[in-house]
Amino acid sequence: MIQIKNITKKFGKLTVLDQVNLNFQAGQCIALIGPNGCGKTTLIKSVLGMVLPDSGSIEYHKKPIAREHQYRANIGYMPQIGRYPDHMTIGQIIEMIKKVRNQWTDLDQELIEAFGLEKMFDKPMRTLSGGTTQKVSAVLAFLFNPEILILDEPTAGLDPLASEILKEKIIKEKQRGKLILITSHLLNELDDLITEIIFMQDGSVQFHEKNNILKQRTGEEKISKAIAKILKDNQHESNR
Amino acid sequence: MNQIVKIILLDILKNKIVLIYTLILSALCWSSFALEDNSAKGLLTVLNIILFTVPLVSVLFATIYLYNSSEFIELLVSQPVKRQKIWLSLFLGLTLSMVLAFAVGAGIPLLIFAPDTIGLMMLLVGALITVIFISLAFLSSILTRDKAKGIGIAIMVWLFFALLFDGIVLFLLFQLADYPIEKFMVVMAALSPIDLARIQILMQLDVSAMMGYTGAIFKDFFGTSVGLIVSFLLLCLWSIIPFYISLRKFKQKDL
Repeated sequence: MIQIKNITKKFGKLTVLDQVNLNFQAGQCIALIGPNGCGKTTLIKSVLGMVLPDSGSIEYHKKPIAREHQYRANIGYMPQIGRYPDHMTIGQIIEMIKKVRNQWTDLDQELIEAFGLEKMFDKPMRTLSGGTTQKVSAVLAFLFNPEILILDEPTAGLDPLASEILKEKIIKEKQRGKLILITSHLLNELDDLITEIIFMQDGSVQFHEKNNILKQRTGEEKISKAIAKILKDNQHESNR
Repeated sequence: MNQIVKIILLDILKNKIVLIYTLILSALCWSSFALEDNSAKGLLTVLNIILFTVPLVSVLFATIYLYNSSEFIELLVSQPVKRQKIWLSLFLGLTLSMVLAFAVGAGIPLLIFAPDTIGLMMLLVGALITVIFISLAFLSSILTRDKAKGIGIAIMVWLFFALLFDGIVLFLLFQLADYPIEKFMVVMAALSPIDLARIQILMQLDVSAMMGYTGAIFKDFFGTSVGLIVSFLLLCLWSIIPFYISLRKFKQKDL
């Protein structure tokens, strides 16, 4: 569904993305992991057209997305740190995005109910805690029933209850055949969600493998342990 | 009108600063007309007020508003909206509200005390100056991510056109008084929107005689209908070009 071909992005002298090639299909739930500053968020923002790559192309349904905007109607994006106009209330923000998208039907209000946001609709954004802001971000990402969901650190800052609600929602959407792209550091949380793993380091993709194959190869039960094992092996090799 | 312009317009009109700006402008205009015994003198006072406060408020308010909307812009960029549309909507929203504030604040006294071509022209020139300085604000806010720097640039832009530029022109006039620089002065005037606007109104007010020989040259050029049209076109260029450059930069910007 989404094809990333050879994209490179530099911020000044720093190469954030270095010749990245990836391919995402519908029905996949992909975990994008790697150390801080390895280019995960930049990669996601490139797919959304918020960051424009220096070279290479990104295709959605075989069509390049450069200078396009309509494809974003099929993407729900939950940013790592949601930034919203301070003075607007939760209700106004949701209404505004509905207006901007011009979509009034086929709305998925499940998360609003599950998080109990209705009773906070007239609270201004500046008074909200980090976790509640994250809830608003999550609601906006799922609201328009998009076929692609891009979630940047979705559970960071959420309390265990909310984080469990969100996880269940992600699983539900995965079963409906959507493409889900998650970045996270909490590997244990991902165990029962994901089908594939992409590991990035220093702006390039180290490996892209199916979850079960990765576990078989390393002989580990948990993703976190499997990754740790691969990293250790890599270190051994470079030391030798 | 598209949804985004509506949202921005409502947001700005709710802002108290625009209301205060309207009130101050109208207080200044009403009082300067009421204090002077003939309307030509009143017009000159109003002209100076317009050429001093309108650019300052337009450029500062627009720059600060743009920096404060960075979250809003970021939110919209991840939605299925063209970047061009976001930037244009911001521009439309800001210009519409500031021109409206100007029209209410200064336009009403102008049309009451000087209901002729000069009054109308002041209104038009004031509106154009508003648009020009909002356009310059767009340029200064896209040049840097740092809010303090951006506002600094905006203030420098205003300072340059409102004060420094006149100083430079005067300096050149005195230094090069022995040379035939009158034609050159006409070109110099076109380089500053505020001077362009001032000369245009002064020509209409028939006080060009006070400017000596340069005034006569100005009258020769700006007094004719061709000169008038050219200077209006120049003002229009001043309002479009900075915005156009900022639009091109915005399309390439990483958010």
